[in-house]
Amino acid sequence: MPWIPRGLRHGIVTSGYPRRPDGYGPGFFGHVEVASVRSDAPGMPVRSDATEALAAAAAECPTGAITLDGGVVRLDRGRCILCGRCVALAPSTFRADPGFETSGLGRAALVVPATDDDETALAEARTRLAARVRGLRRSIHVRHVDAGSDGAEEWEVAALTNPVYDVQRLGVFFTASPKHADVLLVTGVGTAGMEAPLRQTYDLMPEPKVVVAAGVDAASGGMVHEGYAARGGVGGLVPVDVYVPGSPPSPFGILHGILAAVGILGSRRHVGAEAPKDAAAAP
Amino acid sequence: MRDATRMLWSPAHVQGADAEEAGGVAAFPSTRQRVADGARFCGLFEASRDEASRVEGSPVEGSPLEGSPVEGSREAGAAALLSVVSTKGALLVEELRLDVRKAQSYESLTPAIPAAGWYERRLRDLFGIEPLGHPRLDPLAFPVPAGSAAPRGEGGDPTLPMTPDLTPLPAHVQGEGVFTLPYGPVRSGVFEAVEVLIETSGEDIAHLRTRIFYKHRGIEARFCGLDVADGALLAERVEGVASVAHAVAFSQAIEQIGGIIVPFEAQLVRVVHAELERVANHLDTMVRHTEAAGQAVAYAVLSHHKERVQRLRARLCGSRFGRGVVVPGGVTRPLRLRPSEVLAAVTPLERQIGEDIRRLMDTPSFVDRLRKTGVLAQGDARRFAVVGPVGRASGQPEDVRSSRPYGAYQRLGQRIVEAHDEGDALARQRVRIAEIAGAFHLVRQAVDLLDELGEPQSWRVGVPSVTGRSIGWAEAPHGELLYLVEAAQGRLVQVTQRSASFHNLAAYPAAFPKDIFTDVAFIEASFGLSMAGAAG
Repeated sequence: MPWIPRGLRHGIVTSGYPRRPDGYGPGFFGHVEVASVRSDAPGMPVRSDATEALAAAAAECPTGAITLDGGVVRLDRGRCILCGRCVALAPSTFRADPGFETSGLGRAALVVPATDDDETALAEARTRLAARVRGLRRSIHVRHVDAGSDGAEEWEVAALTNPVYDVQRLGVFFTASPKHADVLLVTGVGTAGMEAPLRQTYDLMPEPKVVVAAGVDAASGGMVHEGYAARGGVGGLVPVDVYVPGSPPSPFGILHGILAAVGILGSRRHVGAEAPKDAAAAP
Repeated sequence: MRDATRMLWSPAHVQGADAEEAGGVAAFPSTRQRVADGARFCGLFEASRDEASRVEGSPVEGSPLEGSPVEGSREAGAAALLSVVSTKGALLVEELRLDVRKAQSYESLTPAIPAAGWYERRLRDLFGIEPLGHPRLDPLAFPVPAGSAAPRGEGGDPTLPMTPDLTPLPAHVQGEGVFTLPYGPVRSGVFEAVEVLIETSGEDIAHLRTRIFYKHRGIEARFCGLDVADGALLAERVEGVASVAHAVAFSQAIEQIGGIIVPFEAQLVRVVHAELERVANHLDTMVRHTEAAGQAVAYAVLSHHKERVQRLRARLCGSRFGRGVVVPGGVTRPLRLRPSEVLAAVTPLERQIGEDIRRLMDTPSFVDRLRKTGVLAQGDARRFAVVGPVGRASGQPEDVRSSRPYGAYQRLGQRIVEAHDEGDALARQRVRIAEIAGAFHLVRQAVDLLDELGEPQSWRVGVPSVTGRSIGWAEAPHGELLYLVEAAQGRLVQVTQRSASFHNLAAYPAAFPKDIFTDVAFIEASFGLSMAGAAG
């Protein structure tokens, strides 16, 4: 049996996340952080970009993720494909950060910074979801459906079963049958061809069920957006509970979304402090 | 050396012809002749109806294109088709113009050139152009419902949502006890969406068909009107696992139109990202093999290696898929690690991957599952002009990094991967093992050269407002990738991508007839196809 000692040679490579923070962060461009108008947000620089620079960042954004409303700059992470143009054009407002805990409860939660109304709605949504998934905390079965991804999302979902992420240690399993599934994990822009198969899969799942949409394609269609065959995200095809931004989202990001959906982790708006904030992530 | 990358297909067409004038003559006469003479068929594509991207001028010196210009003879708004063949290190383009006032049809190429079959079905679905005499015109890219216009053709509107016609296909094989087992598009496991129709009488696979339209996003229509920088971002998302190859092929098309010389250092950075992408993709096929074979430890070890490659890629540029680096004119950023750091990361990775793959290939219970499984005979590989590692396992040696070298590949030493002739899953595995070694060899050379050359004046040169048409290419992990790009005043008019996966999928059924159900997972993994790239 030559393989067993072979496997042992590599030692333990598995992450302790979420019990312990994972150091995989430096060099990884996880999300774009936006400086608040109020400079009281800890760790954020005081914004000093010229209005023209902000206007250029909004105009150059390939997916229209940046809106300027008076003095308030908002970024929709459900559209942001992490190209880094805004970071180059208005560096005191936009910052490329590592960190992957960016999933949000509902589509509006991906827009940062949030308004006070959003915060209230989010708290209510979290309570409702927690009540719904109360029975799902021991072992979770996930049914993945590709609804028109670019293929990268499937790599990142499949990576969850490699020994680094090893989601089985958390009681998370991928299942072939929707009838055994608690979580529907959807990737892709929502294509015309997948509309019916996706809906059928959802309908076959027993209650309680939660839907996680992974990636900006699933949130908004991303660069593909809408057309004769693309539906601009899966939000209109199945009722999505948790959105995971990213193009593609990282394996940790997807894991965060799944755990948040079933109430193991609170879905946060802002990134947890555990990821090292190295400047190395800047594009 | 002849610079084959200076190829523009306008205004010099190789023997263009009007469909109506061509009465009596078969469409695409020179394509038929060249393929009969041994040229490799690369595809059949739509050209833009827009005349804006056509530029005045004479053929570029040294261009592999011959023949006289037919500028101005096409009526505005007339559809045109382009056939592309590859011969002796050059791409040759032939144009066929169609008259919009008459029925949009032409004589099908498929009876003479089987590799054209899928292209003609795609053109019919998306553009409503009928190939007369095509042996089997099942919907492929998008089953347009009866009574509707093709989304991108005459009378169609690509912005209006359409619903595909989901009527099942008629069976291919008739006989007692033969039934069709549909598998997909929701698969058992984490896979891209595709439907496989297996016609069987129980265990043996009598015939197999794939339906790719479920994933069709209409992504090519989205290129129209974008500027070239946004076009590169969209190209990266056509086939996410080959983002770098797509960005390179697209950018090279733009650079050819604009006559832009990319800084050599930037070309080297492109090589580093592209070759690591190849390593990750080839490891992915092996991970899927071990998963199908139930080799749990090998699965864990190889998927860990793949994760390490993805993390190295993220350390080099911030993206695990090398996105946001390659743009027309160069690269947006240098490698984030110093050359010595890259080598320190790559050297143990290469050694450990090599050791574990050797161990895997010494495991009889694994190798026996691949040997004589999914044989793609050399004759079939030739008829379907199969490209990439799948082609190289079936006697088709062409690798465009060496046959039509582009960028820094013109100056780097390459280890040519010998073509195998067995054509089975094991041969495809062996080709990929050799290509992983070759990829690491290229990465080391590129990094050494970057160390020697130091910081360049710029990593990226400005792209003027380009007008014209050209073809860009790259050897993606899956094989030859083509981008047909038309631009006018810096805006994209029409972009068509031809991923190796689309091209090779047409030959996929030919690898099944001697196999049984349990082989399907191995054959699928060994073809290593990207459905996103194939479906478009």
